Amino acid sequence: MGKFWSLLFFLVPALGVALFVVSADANLLDHWFPTDVSEHGHVIDGLFMMILWLTGAVFIATEVCLAAFLWRYDARSNRDAIKFTHGSHTLEVVWTIVPAATLLFIAIYQMNAWADAKIRQPKNPGVEIEVRARQFEWRFRYPGPDGKLYTPDDIHFDSELHVPVDEEVLVHLKSEDVLHSFFLPNLRVKQDAVPGMVIPVWFKPTKEGAWDLVCAELCGWGHYKMRGRIVVQSREDFNAWLAGVREKQLATQSEQTAAK
Amino acid sequence: MSITAEGFHHHEPAAHHGQMSVGTFIRTYVFSLDHKIIGLQFLFSTLLWFLVGGLLALGVRWQLAWPWANDMPIVSKFFFASTGGQISPEFYTMMFTMHATVMIFFVIIPILAGAFGNYLIPLMIGADDMAFPTLNMLSYWFMWPAFLCIGGSFFVHGGAAAAGWTSYPTLSAIPDAAPGSHMGQTLWLLGVTFVGISSMMGSVNYMTTIIQMRAPGMTMFRLPLTIWAMFITAVLQAFALPVLTAAGFMQLMDRLLGTGFFLPDGATANNSPFATGGGQPLLWQHLFWFYSHPAVYIMILPAMGMVSDIIACFARKPIFGYKPMVYSIAGIAGLGFVVWGHHMFLSGMNPYLGMTFMVATIMIALPSAIKVFNWLGTLWGGRIQFSTAMLFAVSFVSMFIIGGLSGIFMAATPVDIFIHDTYFIVAHFHYVLFAGTAMGVFGAIYFWFPKMFGRTMNEPWGKVHFLLTFLFLNGTFYPMHILGIVGFPRRLADPYQYETFHHLLAMNQFITICAIGMVLSQAIFVINFFYSIFFGPPVGRNPWHANSLEWSAPSPPGHGNFDFQPIVYRGPYEYGSPEVETDYYPQIQPPPEGVDPNAPPAHGH
Repeated sequence: MGKFWSLLFFLVPALGVALFVVSADANLLDHWFPTDVSEHGHVIDGLFMMILWLTGAVFIATEVCLAAFLWRYDARSNRDAIKFTHGSHTLEVVWTIVPAATLLFIAIYQMNAWADAKIRQPKNPGVEIEVRARQFEWRFRYPGPDGKLYTPDDIHFDSELHVPVDEEVLVHLKSEDVLHSFFLPNLRVKQDAVPGMVIPVWFKPTKEGAWDLVCAELCGWGHYKMRGRIVVQSREDFNAWLAGVREKQLATQSEQTAAK
Repeated sequence: MSITAEGFHHHEPAAHHGQMSVGTFIRTYVFSLDHKIIGLQFLFSTLLWFLVGGLLALGVRWQLAWPWANDMPIVSKFFFASTGGQISPEFYTMMFTMHATVMIFFVIIPILAGAFGNYLIPLMIGADDMAFPTLNMLSYWFMWPAFLCIGGSFFVHGGAAAAGWTSYPTLSAIPDAAPGSHMGQTLWLLGVTFVGISSMMGSVNYMTTIIQMRAPGMTMFRLPLTIWAMFITAVLQAFALPVLTAAGFMQLMDRLLGTGFFLPDGATANNSPFATGGGQPLLWQHLFWFYSHPAVYIMILPAMGMVSDIIACFARKPIFGYKPMVYSIAGIAGLGFVVWGHHMFLSGMNPYLGMTFMVATIMIALPSAIKVFNWLGTLWGGRIQFSTAMLFAVSFVSMFIIGGLSGIFMAATPVDIFIHDTYFIVAHFHYVLFAGTAMGVFGAIYFWFPKMFGRTMNEPWGKVHFLLTFLFLNGTFYPMHILGIVGFPRRLADPYQYETFHHLLAMNQFITICAIGMVLSQAIFVINFFYSIFFGPPVGRNPWHANSLEWSAPSPPGHGNFDFQPIVYRGPYEYGSPEVETDYYPQIQPPPEGVDPNAPPAHGH
């Protein structure tokens, strides 16, 4: 039976690697990263792949060793005396220093991408938008004709976040009630929205189209339906859309004034 | 009088002497001061909750495979009559909250520290009981208010807590924020506090017992790794738990008195009355994870220790690198206190802090890696016996490799931006906690069962149980990595309405079928366990030919454990020592003529 169990453990790296290969292959299962439509997305995907290759190598090596030892040293077939040893100082030093150096390298290698994503805020964004999350919807506030946020001419819109393509978008993220998380899978953006805080988020979409905006932090029973969209448009289309929204908003306002 | 493995007396436990009064029965089996009975009380209670937690998980899986289905067998009619047989989204939210709560606070932590810690510590160090038997009894009985609070919360208005097991404010702190945020959340906080009191009593007791009550000759570096792991776990609990308790009380005050520790100005939810302000939701996250990250290690270190003992025994070889193993347990525990921020990379915390927490978190993979290499080193050159306990222990190593490596992805802050709160993290912690700890615990049950009940469990059925569990667990948890790579978020009652995740339904159905198979396979274990308690083949003191002290005591040990005074001559891993003919060398066996009892252990090289 020892051989049977060794083979079972050998299946772990064999099937483990196979599932990743099949999933990543566009012609087979094609369950992999959603289409990247951002400037920085490939950096994050690249870092993921780097860690995947490194950990994959360690995974295969250690799991194969494990299965091979089980096969070779099965008491039923192994007639050799046991190797009576309490360890090896040299080996301990080797397998402390090599992983330590690798891990430290991985950590340091990540820092630049993190700083780009969360620390080095763009100085001259193409557009600034306030995003407010509330149970269970997304609300957006755009600067009006004066080009400044938080003035009376601001333009309000719900559920669909329109942004211009190839321009740096700076979002001021807020929450009105509980925690939410602003997740754009196709733009590799995620940031929690916290009541009482204004958190800057920035990204640069590179492709026109519409993609999902997901709430990724539990926000109550309706968390699953807190669904939005991000619509990436050319600058002209974006301006035209914004003007249209403003017109409607002004019309509604004057109606309300008339009603009073 | 000679001191041998067979001893010279044979104390039967008091309970075996025919007639017994009600008072004696209560003192022996209910409010018992005996660490073994208390350990078994913990074991039975936690296994029962394991079933509850498993069924809650199946509910979650059902919804993810067949969202809004109204034809669940049996369950639909009984539980969801009011919603036309469907799981409601608020019920779904409650199920995953309570699944995690039950599994963490009522299963993993108490089964490791409460059941195995209690049972094994005095036996493995050669003591007659814990240092504080009454405190020990109380540590079990303080679990009951927790059982009642959290078990009862399912039946209060609004149902049990539904703010996630992390209970993040403001969702958890504003009673109107969610249906389960009324009485259910208050009872949740009280329940977790009682678990904390119980753990703290256990922790103090374990530390004292291990330091003060070791048998003559049992130096710290002759302790089995199980005991080292239990010791360091107890230290972790002693330092981390007060923080959770304090945070829990603060949230309770926020809810009951409107103190506003965690509520910012103007926080309202679901049209609730205007709540008090001046607080910070992130404060809770820091305090919560300051406990709950070390708690992650509380949930695996004891399993690592027990697995080390099982592997050495069935490889018939000394553990490879005993001291590096001890140091890496200590290293994991030490680093474990400075990595809590990796749960908060995207929380709005200062992004510079993200960098420091990233370095600390990635470095914690190092002691874990050292442990894996040493387990492999132990297997290398041994004579491996494939007992059920060994299969579970080896699978712990194999699965922990996956769980350990997948952690590096989340630790890397830029990568975490994408995979945070997706199924990648769900895969990761289930590989550590189920495929790791739970498999280690199964191994430990098969291994120490003969000591606990004087009989062995059925081996062939044990192996069937292992095979099915192993296959189904991988079928359940491994594809979750792939879901995570697509960005599939956790905690959504219906993720398929998103275009990005629409195509993942088939994979989720496969996962659910495996999860059902995994839960059903446990029936084999349950039957084997209870059948063997009464009808398993009786065994002597040392059925596995193991070295550590508990195997020199009777099976099961009577009150006071040892029927002789154990004296320890060496460490617990001298399997295949050239000093003796047998391939094992119990810690209490005096060295043969001509060998200096104080000499360091024999070396191969």
